[in-house]
Amino acid sequence: MSSSTLTQASPASSSQTTSRLSKLKPALWLAPFAVFFYLFQLAPMIWVLVNSFIYEDEFALDNYSEIFDSAFMMQAFSNSLWLSIWSSIIGLAIATLLVSSLRRVDSKIRDGVVAFTNMSSNFSGVPLAFAFIIILGTNGAITLLLKQYGLLGDFDLYGKWGLLVLYIYFQIPLAVLLLYPAFDALNDDWQAAAALLGAKTWHYWLKVALPVLSPALFGTLIILIANAIGAYASVFALTSGNYNIITVRIASLVSGDLFLEPNLAAAISVILMAMLAFITVVNQWLIAKSYAGKKK
Amino acid sequence: MQNVNTAFHKTLVYSIVGIMLIPILATLVYSISSRWGATVLPDGFTFDWYINLLTDSRFLDAFGRSLFICIAALTLSVVLILPAIFVVFYYFPKLHKVMNMLILLPFAVPPVVSSVGLLQLYADSEITLIGTPWILIGTYFTIALPFMYRAIANSFDAINLQDLMDAAHLLGASTSKAFLLIILPNLKKGLMASLFLSFSFLLGEFVFANILVGTRYETLQMYLYNMRNTSGHFTSALVMTYFLFIFVLTWLASRFSRGAN
Repeated sequence: MSSSTLTQASPASSSQTTSRLSKLKPALWLAPFAVFFYLFQLAPMIWVLVNSFIYEDEFALDNYSEIFDSAFMMQAFSNSLWLSIWSSIIGLAIATLLVSSLRRVDSKIRDGVVAFTNMSSNFSGVPLAFAFIIILGTNGAITLLLKQYGLLGDFDLYGKWGLLVLYIYFQIPLAVLLLYPAFDALNDDWQAAAALLGAKTWHYWLKVALPVLSPALFGTLIILIANAIGAYASVFALTSGNYNIITVRIASLVSGDLFLEPNLAAAISVILMAMLAFITVVNQWLIAKSYAGKKK
Repeated sequence: MQNVNTAFHKTLVYSIVGIMLIPILATLVYSISSRWGATVLPDGFTFDWYINLLTDSRFLDAFGRSLFICIAALTLSVVLILPAIFVVFYYFPKLHKVMNMLILLPFAVPPVVSSVGLLQLYADSEITLIGTPWILIGTYFTIALPFMYRAIANSFDAINLQDLMDAAHLLGASTSKAFLLIILPNLKKGLMASLFLSFSFLLGEFVFANILVGTRYETLQMYLYNMRNTSGHFTSALVMTYFLFIFVLTWLASRFSRGAN
């Protein structure tokens, strides 16, 4: 009894003189975590990286050249990029408007709206696609209503513009949640000071608020783009995989009914990850150049 | 001037939130209407769609499966992450940076990408994994990881781990006893908040479920997807039931996180 207290008390009380051996036992507690993380996160990633370079059992770049030579694949990339960039920019703009106004209304409304965005940030994927089919689909309630009054031309929910609306819808709550804390950096006195010096509201925004907020805005934009580029569930549910975007292509190459080409899927995945990495690096560079970056 | 401004901000907030509410409200109305054609208002109201749904054994089974997978995955996450964070904070503070990088991987690698590797690695493994709930539990651990790790690590930051442990040791408690009786109760609120939040987004996970398991183990999201050709009223009732559940979970999460601050 007393000996066990002694040995177990040793790591903390003599932390400066701990030997390597006494750290072995705590390190074992990390092992199960490491094993699971390896099995379900690292190993699949390594498989994807290695096998993207394997073509017909040989080390080659053919998977990549096949992608760049295929107009169909290039269309998937451009569709994905178009959707994610525009939905991120528009979503971010709407969220910025919402958050900036949110700080000017009573706390009751504010708390309610924050609670609502919290909740609707989980309203994505298949259920969201369904809600959109119900209201905006070919026989959707709002589609029929608007068509009856001739307000809606030939809006197609299952095409590019319909998907853009859907993407913007799921980007807004995420952007609000990410931006909301960042607006604490703005000091209300600055706007008053700017107004006293004769600045118009847009002047204040352009010259004071946006430069201060730029790291948060860039950072949020990156997360939104990553979020949109990796999106799969809502598009798949809405179009049954008929709209050509990268994630749908990857999934159909590994689990479709026709041609299974896991190595080609791996190569597309690597390009996708490289794009995300590139965007992140550009983002870091922009942040370093921004007001907050220079201050450091 | 001030009043004009407040009115402007209020209008802006209400209109954006109002537009965001349209899909949810329309689905709600659709789910309780008997028929809703090309008219401004539905023809009549009924709860039949909900009754149909709640008496559908396939729905209840799918819901049960989803609950099982989410609870199992979160239990696994807590069992794996808690000791790991404790060990990192207490014994190996230098590992902080490595862990912070590692937990970003599930964010940086979209589920579609991970599933490419997972399918190939475990398709012919000796223990059948593909097509079973077990692979989902493993992958759900990875997607919950960034949120769980951040939330728990924040709680660890908030307490004075070294002093608390030293005091417990001085009073004769073993390290494991100190962890269970002193550290764990201090983390409870942050842990609960992150659990409810993770629960609500794991319940909405579709990509892994669709690619790795498909219809062989129909989860709630797969059921939802497979029901896409049934009556719109029925799927609306389904979406609203799901949404209500998410609402309760996020409400619980926010209650706990408010208590944590």
